[in-house]
Amino acid sequence: MDEEIKLIDENGLRVDGRRFDELRPVRIEVGVLKNADGSALIVQGRTKILAAVYGPREIHPKHLSKPDRAVLRCRYHMAPFSVEDRKSPAPSRRETELSKVIREALEPAILLEKFPRTCIDIFVEVLEADGGTRCAGVTAASVALADAGIPMKDLVVGCAAGKVDGVVVVDLCDIEDKYGEVDVPVAYMPNKGLISLLQMDGILTMEEFEKALNLAIDGCKKIYEVQKAALKRKYDFTEKLKREADKSEE
Amino acid sequence: MSMVGGRRSLVIPGEIIVEGNFRAGLNTYLENGKIYSTVMGLAEIRGRVVSVIPIKSYYIPKVGDIVIGIVTDNSPTYWQVDINSPYMAILQVSDALPRPIDPAKENIRKYFDVGDALLAEIALFDKLRSPLLKANGRGQGKLKGGILVEVSPAKVPRLIGKRGSMINMLKKELGCQIIVGQNGRVWINSVNEKLIDLAVKAVKIVDEEAQTRGLTERVKKFILKGKEKIDLESA
Repeated sequence: MDEEIKLIDENGLRVDGRRFDELRPVRIEVGVLKNADGSALIVQGRTKILAAVYGPREIHPKHLSKPDRAVLRCRYHMAPFSVEDRKSPAPSRRETELSKVIREALEPAILLEKFPRTCIDIFVEVLEADGGTRCAGVTAASVALADAGIPMKDLVVGCAAGKVDGVVVVDLCDIEDKYGEVDVPVAYMPNKGLISLLQMDGILTMEEFEKALNLAIDGCKKIYEVQKAALKRKYDFTEKLKREADKSEE
Repeated sequence: MSMVGGRRSLVIPGEIIVEGNFRAGLNTYLENGKIYSTVMGLAEIRGRVVSVIPIKSYYIPKVGDIVIGIVTDNSPTYWQVDINSPYMAILQVSDALPRPIDPAKENIRKYFDVGDALLAEIALFDKLRSPLLKANGRGQGKLKGGILVEVSPAKVPRLIGKRGSMINMLKKELGCQIIVGQNGRVWINSVNEKLIDLAVKAVKIVDEEAQTRGLTERVKKFILKGKEKIDLESA
C-alpha cells in the first residue's frame, strides 16, 4: 500500500467529501450512564466517546485533597477495540498526556472553590477513534459536568484544525491526522471567548496558524450549539411529557 | 433572553441570562454587566435579583440543619454517616445518645449499625474537617421502619412550604409520619403501605414541580384522588 493518498482532490474535496471548512456531523446525548452523576456520549463522524463524571465526592487518599477547592481528576482512555490494531488496555504515555491536557482544558471553567476538600472524577473513554478524540473528549466531558450539576463559568468545546496537502482545514479525521502536515487541537469557552487548550503538532506560517485557529474557533462555536441543544433537549423533554400528561388527565 | 410573563427559561452553564443593572443571585455570576448562569436550571428574576433554580443540586452541610443520614461504617469511637452530600459526616459516640456510652465496655454497633437511618443535626462544619453530627437532641436518633425518599436539596424549602404549609398539608391528608431532612432525604412511615406509596408519589411531584404555582392545591387533589382509589380497592 505505497500509493500516495490524495487528501485533497481536484475539486478541493477531502477524503470524506467535505470542504475545507466543513465539520463532521456531531451528535451528543446527555445522561446515558445511570451510575455516573453526569454523563454524555458524543459521536463526531466515526469518533465515538463516552464521558462520565463522578462528584463532587470525598477524595481517597485524604492527603490528595486541597483545603480550599475541589481536586479535578481526569482519565482519558482508549478502549482496546477503538482502533484498527488492538490497543493494549494499559495506559500509554499518550493517554497519560491527554488525561492531563483534557483536565487542564476543563479546569479553568469549573468553580472548584465551591467544594473544598472534595474531588471531581472525569472519565473519557474512547469507543471508536477516528481523529479528534481529545477535542471530542473535552466537548463530551463538559456536557457531562453540566449534567452532573457541577457549577461552571462556561461550557468548554473542543475542535481541531490543521493542514493537509497544503490546505488549512477544520476537524481532521484519522487519515488526515496521520498523513497530513499539521494538527492544531483547540478547546474554547464560547461565552467568555477564552481558549483553554491550544496545541500544534507540525509547522505553520503565522498566516496559516491564524487561519487554522479561526477555523477551529468557528468549529467550536458550531459544536457549542449541539451541546446546548442536547442539554436543553433532555430537560425540555420531561417538561413536555409532564404538560401532556397533565392535559390528558383533565 | 427574555422572561415571558412568569414562565422561566431553561439555561445552561455560561449562558447569559440578562444584561444591565441586575444583581447576581444563586447559581449565577456577574461579569461586565452581564449575569451568567453557572448551572443547568430555570432562570428566575425577582426584582433586580437574578437566580437559577438548578436541575441537580448538592447538599452542603450547614450548622443547625436537621438531616437524615445512613450509617456506612463505624470505628470503636464513631460512626461514618452518609448525609447525601459531597462530604461524609462523622457521629461521635459522645454525641450519639442523650446518655453517655462507654465504647470500651460495649460494642457501639448495638446502637447504630451499618445501614441504619438516623435523624441528626449538623453540630460542626468548618473548612478543615468532615462535618460532625449530633443525634442526642429531642426527636433525634434512629429511624425505625418506614422508607426513605430522596429529593433534590434545592426543593426542600418548597417541600416544607411557607410556615410549613406544604408539609403540614401532606401530614394531615396522608395521615403518615413524614420527616424532611435539609439534605433532601424524606422519611415516611405509616401502618398502611398503600398510604406510604401514595406519599412517595406526592413527594416526588413536589420535587419535580417545585417551581410551579398552585402546587399545594394540586398535590392535595392528587392525594385525595389517591385515597379514594385506596378506599375503593380495600372495600
